[in-house]
Amino acid sequence: MSVGLLTLIILGLAAAGFLLGRQRALSAVKGDARALHSLPSFYGWSVFLFTAVPALLVMVAWLFLQPTLLETRITNTLPAAETATSSTDLVMADVRRLADGLDVLVAREGLDTAAVAALAADLPALSDRMAGVGVAFGADLDPAIFNAAIAYRDLGASLTGMMTIAALIVAAGGFLFALMRVHPEQRARNLVEQFIVVLLIASSLIAVATTFGIIASLVVESWHFFRIYPASEFFFSTTWNPQFRGGSDLGLWPLVWGTIYVSFIALVVAAPIGLMAAIYLSEYASPKVRATAKPLLEILAGIPSIVYGLFALVTVGPILRDWLAMPLGLGNSSSSVMTAGLVMGIMLIPYVSSLSDDIINAVPQAMRDGSFGLGATQSETVKRVVLPAALPGIVGAVLLAASRAIGETMIVVMGAGAAAKLSVNPFEAMTTVTVKIVSQLTGDTEFASPETLVAFALGLTLFCFTLGLNVLALVIVRKYREQYE
Amino acid sequence: MNDMRIAERTVSTNTAKITARGVQVYYGENHALKDVDIDILSGTVTAFIGPSGCGKSTFLRCLNRMNDTVASARVLGEIKLDGEDIYDKRVDPVTLRARVGMVFQKPNPFPKSIYDNVAYGPKIHGLTRNKTELDEVVETSLRKAALWNEVKDRLTAPGTGLSGGQQQRLCIARAIATSPEVLLMDEPCSALDPIATAQVEELIDELRSQFSVVIVTHSMQQAARVSQRTAFFHLGNLVEYGETGQIFTNPRDPRTESYITGRIG
Repeated sequence: MSVGLLTLIILGLAAAGFLLGRQRALSAVKGDARALHSLPSFYGWSVFLFTAVPALLVMVAWLFLQPTLLETRITNTLPAAETATSSTDLVMADVRRLADGLDVLVAREGLDTAAVAALAADLPALSDRMAGVGVAFGADLDPAIFNAAIAYRDLGASLTGMMTIAALIVAAGGFLFALMRVHPEQRARNLVEQFIVVLLIASSLIAVATTFGIIASLVVESWHFFRIYPASEFFFSTTWNPQFRGGSDLGLWPLVWGTIYVSFIALVVAAPIGLMAAIYLSEYASPKVRATAKPLLEILAGIPSIVYGLFALVTVGPILRDWLAMPLGLGNSSSSVMTAGLVMGIMLIPYVSSLSDDIINAVPQAMRDGSFGLGATQSETVKRVVLPAALPGIVGAVLLAASRAIGETMIVVMGAGAAAKLSVNPFEAMTTVTVKIVSQLTGDTEFASPETLVAFALGLTLFCFTLGLNVLALVIVRKYREQYE
Repeated sequence: MNDMRIAERTVSTNTAKITARGVQVYYGENHALKDVDIDILSGTVTAFIGPSGCGKSTFLRCLNRMNDTVASARVLGEIKLDGEDIYDKRVDPVTLRARVGMVFQKPNPFPKSIYDNVAYGPKIHGLTRNKTELDEVVETSLRKAALWNEVKDRLTAPGTGLSGGQQQRLCIARAIATSPEVLLMDEPCSALDPIATAQVEELIDELRSQFSVVIVTHSMQQAARVSQRTAFFHLGNLVEYGETGQIFTNPRDPRTESYITGRIG
């Protein structure tokens, strides 16, 4: 039975449980809902949850464990001769592909079990038929692999059957258990609310666990990288020159320098403009202007960064080259740090202004009244009272914008190019960490060379960077919160 | 009302500091203040009393044009400070507010040091020529506000770290530091405990020698204790204005009598 159908059956049973539970609670008090501890629907929900949740959990856990179980069982049945010549992983990959191909064949030609077993008689012919359904085998099919594939399919089918039975038993058990418990005195409302709390906890755990999972995978892969490439070279070399034939220089610094340079220019553009826009919107603009201008500014934030990238490539880059770089003799490349930085700065303006606007608005009106009451003008009030009070929050906003700038990729590829260079000339093409992560991973190379694994070390470096900035921003923002309380 | 200590009623001068004639205030469509005529005397503490929403705070905020910061507010009529119309186009509301200081209901020290809180007004108005003079102004203002002894050793500590009563006295010191001629106080003690209230009230009485003080209060005992003149507002009208002793012991208007004896409010 397929997983989708099984889910539907469980949910159907749970829905029936809802109606029955509700009915049972009402009939226990002869239809007078006031005599119940909770509203009738809570009794229904308690049966629903007891039916659906444990059964679905069993199903999900089973689906997670089944592949592992299947792999180990089949690997153990493979003849030693098979695993001696090539790695177990490769053999198992063949087994899986053959099993999948057989599935397709069965579905397309309506073969029964005996017919499938009979295919063993003519393996070269099978190999051709497999190619016909899109599963190509380089060498001739090995009978041992064929047998393993058959065993793989059989075991998989029986495991799925067991899962169906187990899930249905759990669902039925939960259904009966909860239905029997329905009683006018039962605290169904509290029960349902506890379930909801558990659901909320589980959701937040998923977010946290994913974060840790991502960090763990970065750390593990970086660890692999540092085993085959010296860490001292990575951290102290100033050359970035990957060769896919081997013998690369994978120095971190040209990329880090590019990242810092581009982000710096972006912030020099975004921080003052965004901040001044925020001051205008929150302190000077009339409500009407504010109601129009703020959403307009925030539309900028909704433009995908690739569109900014095009803008950098087609408009800003050539203009900077023709009007600034060439006349000043600073270079003739239309891709430059300046281009990417300027465009990224424009992208970050709404980010800074929107956050700062919220923070400035959070400064109590009493502060402004106090200042006006002493005869200060609007600009003195903004400069001496509102901004100092909002400063920590504004710093936080700028730091958050900085971590976005550091992580930005598309604008850099299209605006600043892909050449890793250590240079102070802002009109030269440079590149950043994120761009190199992409370019190291897009290529036809195996996933074990330092040239590809370096991407994880770069990712980890970047992660530490932005994590540091975010922590700094959070610390500052938290300090700000204590200010008026 | 027997527990009320009636403050000394002698008013040293009888010159009017502020004269208001036919003042009307609208908040959008709402007619908040109707046809108020009043003379506020110099060297006097004048109390505005009345039930909530009667327009007393609104009128107070007209006297230094703080209502200008409320977009929907419209003020009609004539208010003169020393004979000069403060709603005249030539008058800069900013300079006016330096002459007519204000203390708010809730203490609102800036999130700066105690010193910078007090030095704020003198700095923006350029009242002092050097640091020594500024130090002096800060010290005298804090002394007048009866706060100097408590904070002289921690002038660099943030003003927001003081207790509620200290914060309110800091706000008073901040208002005094610009040497205003009139000090407006909008329920300055409503957020304070009785001890801090007593300190602030004592302070108000001392300030009378240098400024005209106008205080809005919900506490009739407070009005009786600190003021020489009392004005009673009701539903946007100035019902009765006169010597505090007379208002509390022998009110002319039946509404005033009902209010001070607790029958309306």
